Amino acid sequence: MEEIKASMAGNVWKITVNTGDEVKPGDEVVILESMKMEIPIAAESAGTVESIVVEEGSFINEGDVLVKIQS
Amino acid sequence: MHTLLIANRGEIACRIIRTCRELGITSVAVYSDADEQSQHVKLADRACHIGGSRVHESYLNIEHILQAAKDSGAQAVHPGYGLLSENAAFAERVEAEGLLFIGPQPDVIAQMGDKIQARNVMKEAGVPVVPGRELASIEEADLNEAAAAVSFPLMLKAAAGGGGIGMQRVDNETELLKAAASVAKKAETFFASSLLYLEKYVEEPRHIEAQIFGDDRGSMSCIGLRDCSVQRRHQKVIEEAPPPGLSKQTEEALQTAAVRAASHLQYKNAGTVEFLVDKEENIYFLEMNTRLQVEHPVTEETTGADLVAWQLAVAEGKRLDELQYTQPAHAYALEVRLYAEDPKTFFPSPGTITEWEIPDFPFLRCDVGFTNGDTITPFYDPMAGKLIVHAESREQGISRMIQVLERTSISGIKTNVPLLLDILQDSAFQQGKVTTHFLTDKKEEEAAWKK
Repeated sequence: MEEIKASMAGNVWKITVNTGDEVKPGDEVVILESMKMEIPIAAESAGTVESIVVEEGSFINEGDVLVKIQS
Repeated sequence: MHTLLIANRGEIACRIIRTCRELGITSVAVYSDADEQSQHVKLADRACHIGGSRVHESYLNIEHILQAAKDSGAQAVHPGYGLLSENAAFAERVEAEGLLFIGPQPDVIAQMGDKIQARNVMKEAGVPVVPGRELASIEEADLNEAAAAVSFPLMLKAAAGGGGIGMQRVDNETELLKAAASVAKKAETFFASSLLYLEKYVEEPRHIEAQIFGDDRGSMSCIGLRDCSVQRRHQKVIEEAPPPGLSKQTEEALQTAAVRAASHLQYKNAGTVEFLVDKEENIYFLEMNTRLQVEHPVTEETTGADLVAWQLAVAEGKRLDELQYTQPAHAYALEVRLYAEDPKTFFPSPGTITEWEIPDFPFLRCDVGFTNGDTITPFYDPMAGKLIVHAESREQGISRMIQVLERTSISGIKTNVPLLLDILQDSAFQQGKVTTHFLTDKKEEEAAWKK
């Protein structure tokens, strides 16, 4: 299982996948917003979105888990 | 005026507080949860908490800011730049509360905030704008007629669009016919309208802007020009005054156009008219910023004016001819913006500053909002401050700034200092041959080298 983590602190601006979606490495799963900039976060391995841990609009710290992928 | 509320944060709040001190005005800072320990809160005479860390809970919350103004007994509000500074509704509410808004009239803010309306108003005023027109259709006859009227090279874009999506440069009729179909399709997908707009392509554009000041009696003055061509993602990185290598004639054309633009609006207080200048030194109105600019210090260093003091004086009804130059004027000034970001990817880099060493030089001015031990949070703009040097020549200014940056040491956050040094040492920059494409071109060049 891959846990996709936030690369920096910020707001969850958009979640671009749903539970059950198939993802490939490099697919964007979440867009964070930090210091007035959008930062896309991508999956590193292929798999199925098992759960989405955060909500749009919530504030997260660096290293927080955003999405879990079942390979 | 004895008490001024500053509806802002970071370096610009600190900058405004400095002038308040010099003038004996009581300064009132406002702050969010995240900014409780900030420099602007420590520097101000008084400070009011206005809400949560997110901007809409605090720095964009008009009611909370007005309440702070009432509670602190302020008679005037300075909006700084960014945040609410170009929000006409805020300016109106400040005035409705019987407070002095340090800036132009609310209706002028609204007019210049609407970029299409601004362009039309400027055309009316006889200020040159980038020639362009909407296309009736993408039939060959309509395309060629419009192209002949505007003249190649052209930029084709979605009339409803923005942000560069579906923009394409075309150099002749064959290219135009082909591009029109594909840009129309993109426009339909992205903006739900296939309407196209054809504009003159500005070749080798430089970004040059004019600082204007207007008073209550309709006097208008342009007090200086700035070159801000070094940009990334439409954000300025380095600014200088005067702009290098412009002909006297173009300088005068810019000053005249800026004064004409501002006079047409009966503009009061400080404002900036931004222009694009192409390789033949044609000038085109870009937009007007109805506030103090980030880069105002380069004008201060080259004129001797304290622009914040002037803003306060004009707001209180002083005439332009009563304003004083209170500092020495230098031949040249250069400003760099310190961003908390990765110098290669431009990604923001929030964090706690563990080292903040900027050397002391008599020619250096530091307009910064942070120091050692402070935290740069993810909630706000990544700009931590600005360094400004003055000099007797451009060459000397550049070498002084290199000297400053080589002795600057910031840890805990990533900063763009390496990128700034890279730019200052670039031969195109040193020769004053920079266009707004400079940083993008430079990046592409480096990528090509790596292959």
